Amino acid sequence: MDIALRAVMGRFGRLLAAFTILISIFGAPILSQASAAQTDGSALIITGTVKNEKKPVEGVEFRITGNGIDEIATSNSEGKWLLEVQKKGIYQVEILLESLPKGVGLRDPEANIREANLTVTNTAAVLFPLGKDTRVIQPIGDQIIIRLFAGLNLGLLLAVAAIGISLIFGTTGLNNFAHGEMVTFGALFTWLFHVELKLPLLVAAAITIVLSAGFGWLQDSALWKPLRKRRLGLNQIMIVSIGLSIMLRQLYILFFQGDTKVLSSEYELVVLGPINTTSSSLVSMGLSVVALAFVAWFLTRTRIGKAARAVSDNASLAAATGINVERIIRIVWVMAGALTGLAGILYGLQFQANYLLGAQILLLLFAAVTLGGLGKALGATVGAMIIGFVVELSALFIPIDLKYAAALIILIVVLLVRPQGVLGKKQRIG
Amino acid sequence: MDILNILKLALGEMLSPTTITFVLCALGLAVHFGFTGLLNFGQAAFAAVGAYGMVISIDTLKLPLFLAVLMGLLCSIIFALILGIPTLRLRADYLAIVTIATAEVFRYFMTTIGFSKVTGGSNGLSQFGAEFWALNPIPEGNYNFGFVSYRADQLYVFMVGWGAVIIGALILRLLMRSPWGRVLKGIREDEDAVRSLGKNVFFYKLQALMIGGVFASIGGMIFVLNLSNVQPQVWTTNFTFTIWSVLLLGGAATILGPIAGGMIFIALISITQGIMGGLVELGLLPFLTQPDIAQIRLLLIGLSLMLLVIFRPQGLFGNKRETQFNV
Amino acid sequence: MSNSKSVSIDKICIGEVAPGCRKVDPILIADGVKRQFGGLTAVDVAHVEIPRGLITALIGPNGAGKTTFFNLLTGFDKPNQGNWSFEGQNLAGMSPYKVARLGMIRTFQLTKALSLLTVIENMRLGAQKQPGESFLTSLIRPLWIRREKEITEVADTLLKRFKLDAKREDYAASLSGGQRKLLEMARALMSEPKLIMLDEPMAGVNPALTQSLLDHIKDLKSNGTTVLFVEHDMHMVRHISDWVIVMAEGKVVAEGPPSTVMKDQAVIDAYLGAHHDTDLGTMSKPASTRSKKGDTK
Repeated sequence: MDIALRAVMGRFGRLLAAFTILISIFGAPILSQASAAQTDGSALIITGTVKNEKKPVEGVEFRITGNGIDEIATSNSEGKWLLEVQKKGIYQVEILLESLPKGVGLRDPEANIREANLTVTNTAAVLFPLGKDTRVIQPIGDQIIIRLFAGLNLGLLLAVAAIGISLIFGTTGLNNFAHGEMVTFGALFTWLFHVELKLPLLVAAAITIVLSAGFGWLQDSALWKPLRKRRLGLNQIMIVSIGLSIMLRQLYILFFQGDTKVLSSEYELVVLGPINTTSSSLVSMGLSVVALAFVAWFLTRTRIGKAARAVSDNASLAAATGINVERIIRIVWVMAGALTGLAGILYGLQFQANYLLGAQILLLLFAAVTLGGLGKALGATVGAMIIGFVVELSALFIPIDLKYAAALIILIVVLLVRPQGVLGKKQRIG
Repeated sequence: MDILNILKLALGEMLSPTTITFVLCALGLAVHFGFTGLLNFGQAAFAAVGAYGMVISIDTLKLPLFLAVLMGLLCSIIFALILGIPTLRLRADYLAIVTIATAEVFRYFMTTIGFSKVTGGSNGLSQFGAEFWALNPIPEGNYNFGFVSYRADQLYVFMVGWGAVIIGALILRLLMRSPWGRVLKGIREDEDAVRSLGKNVFFYKLQALMIGGVFASIGGMIFVLNLSNVQPQVWTTNFTFTIWSVLLLGGAATILGPIAGGMIFIALISITQGIMGGLVELGLLPFLTQPDIAQIRLLLIGLSLMLLVIFRPQGLFGNKRETQFNV
Repeated sequence: MSNSKSVSIDKICIGEVAPGCRKVDPILIADGVKRQFGGLTAVDVAHVEIPRGLITALIGPNGAGKTTFFNLLTGFDKPNQGNWSFEGQNLAGMSPYKVARLGMIRTFQLTKALSLLTVIENMRLGAQKQPGESFLTSLIRPLWIRREKEITEVADTLLKRFKLDAKREDYAASLSGGQRKLLEMARALMSEPKLIMLDEPMAGVNPALTQSLLDHIKDLKSNGTTVLFVEHDMHMVRHISDWVIVMAEGKVVAEGPPSTVMKDQAVIDAYLGAHHDTDLGTMSKPASTRSKKGDTK
């Protein structure tokens, strides 16, 4: 069975690689032509459309600041607003909540300030999804419940993405800085298939997951395995992964442009007590739980999963007991690719996608993995949940734009106080 | 396509203030990584701490430029202490993660609206350059040096910046050829061995972190003085990894390496961008547009990081003998 | 090659020879030193004294805790409890570099030559009291160049003695395993230590070099340096050591002069379990085939 599996995976992987290359070759011209039309003329534009329950909202005011300007733009009868600026750079766009009609608020009440990034493109679209006004002062108990729910949601997403990092670190010792780009891969390719090529979401997601798995396979066979064979030091390989991450990010810009892609414009509001959420968030959380349960089952119940854990514990001992370490590593990469791709899809569906998506959560993923004890897949899940709750709950006490800083501070403190992680055993360190 | 113009442009960029900043930061990183073996992934933060330390001293504390520069240096030393005292006992890869996380936290703090009265938030600060420009001793006018020509203010930054590079490099050369430098190199090879010979390894690492940090903070100051503007979004991880590319290109354990590496690196990127831009203009690269070319810059940085580590770990100016033993 | 200058027992030891017995002139005294990893006790030494001016061997089967004990004594590892002192100075909780500065220098089982430093730079690094090693002084060459010349002279003498002078300008990485052992030992001598602690000096050394290593160790003693070494090779132990301490399962199970210890029932049990009648003097293995891995890591 093992040989058959390997053969199937090998052939499949090669097909995937070919497919990926084909997409990158043929996808590129289409996408860049589209962008050429947009960027005709050298005007720099920040724009957006405001809609509530699919109807445009007129008269909403936006304050745009940065690079020496401070101006107001107002939405027209089609809900569209626009501001021309002179300098490239990053601008802050604030939606002035007073200007919204009564009873209408932001779907994400914290996100009243968003960034418009004009360093890369000439047009930046800034969207403020509207919904029922949730700003009415909530009792602190409700706020905590809302935050806990958001934390659970973020934690689950991070967990699905972090398991890959953990598995890869466990089996190869690599701190993979290009892991964030695997998350981005999932989100952007789902957008390509679902929004651009109009495939049904499930089909698009399925293709993306297969491609992500292939991406993992391709990375290991074309890059990481040869580097292991050259006996390059782990720190050097880590720097290679940084190079790869920068490169992939730029390739994403070249192929997909730098703007934010809307993966799901339709949503269904679900109200659970004080919590306002969407059906897609609930489905995403459900899928995360299923994926995590599958990984737990795989690692503890299947032969390959047990072998992967053995390799994590002690690779040379595992090799001595007849486990094919290289094959296990390859399987781990494929699995990590698929899981991380899935995380990207789920993340993109809830928070939209751009080329920076993965890079932005990479340090949170490292924090999760470290917290759980490096190389322990199930520990990473616990770590991710903690990070999710910390990020969301911290917003109750500190400014919202510092909530990621809170998670990183937790990471730093954990590394200093308990470098083996919350669940790790002490003697495994140094 | 105007090849001569592309080359001229590259030559100009090679000597530009941006190059000076990269070179100074890379010299600092050479002390950290090349000589001491510390994996510092937060070099951008050292530059930013120096820059913000100086700017806030001028802007909020109303200090004269000279004292403000000293404040910037002091800030980077304090930053090194805060970062180093708890982390220098950690494993190398943990140090990498802590430094990159600290750098990001610092950037978040400089961006947040909460502190924007002092830091200027995401807009940054720009009202601090007057004294620096007033000190320019060079009379107005254009100065021609064969291929490149400078305005008086450009020449001023050029002299201050490259002056700092030369003085810094000479000091580093003294340090690295001294018994002090020998201890650092010993720590890079095996810190336990150096410990067993009676050297306070932790203290040396802390000193190395501070000195490398001071170099970066001077780089940061020159960067913001030249622009008369400091903004948080400059000091990203991409900034740090650009410096890594510069360092690895030149050779990590050398002093000439980061300097020449910085110049060559910037020139190569400028030339590649120029040539690709020309090709796009001629319609020879149909799948790319002009704005895409700007992205090529970072793409090349990523690619060169990978290729250098894999194929030429000692860099252009590293000792060839060292490669055969490279671990 | 038997030890010519054998010392009589009553000049070393006070009272009856037994595990943990008191010495006439101890240089190093350890008391109740205990180190646990999780549930496993790696070292549990009730009392042991190392005699000054002699060559003492620390032997024991794999996993006996010898290297861990070395690490504890030199500050590279922290014990769960216990006290130990060097020349009357309490060392508990002291960092490794301070221990080294007191004159107690160690080498490592897996040789730690500084690969990308030249042989002579390796040697210079071993010296103490070089003012140029402090940051500010290092910038002013005249302040340290004289001491540097002195250091270099000492280093060159030692290199000659250890027959490494031809390799002076080579990277340490280009040396053979045995040469690295020699370099590490020579480097340790740069600081003129009072006690030198060698962790398996013979491991991985080819037979041709073994004899010269043995001679070097005997030279150390004649120069007044105390030597404590961990070793597996029974021939070596028998022929150069004045005193032998045997560890098993973290404890000191026997000590005494080599001739008596080799016949001690506790030692034979510790090494061989049931195979009682094997003569320990014949169980030496070719050094080069011995495992290089740490026995108590």
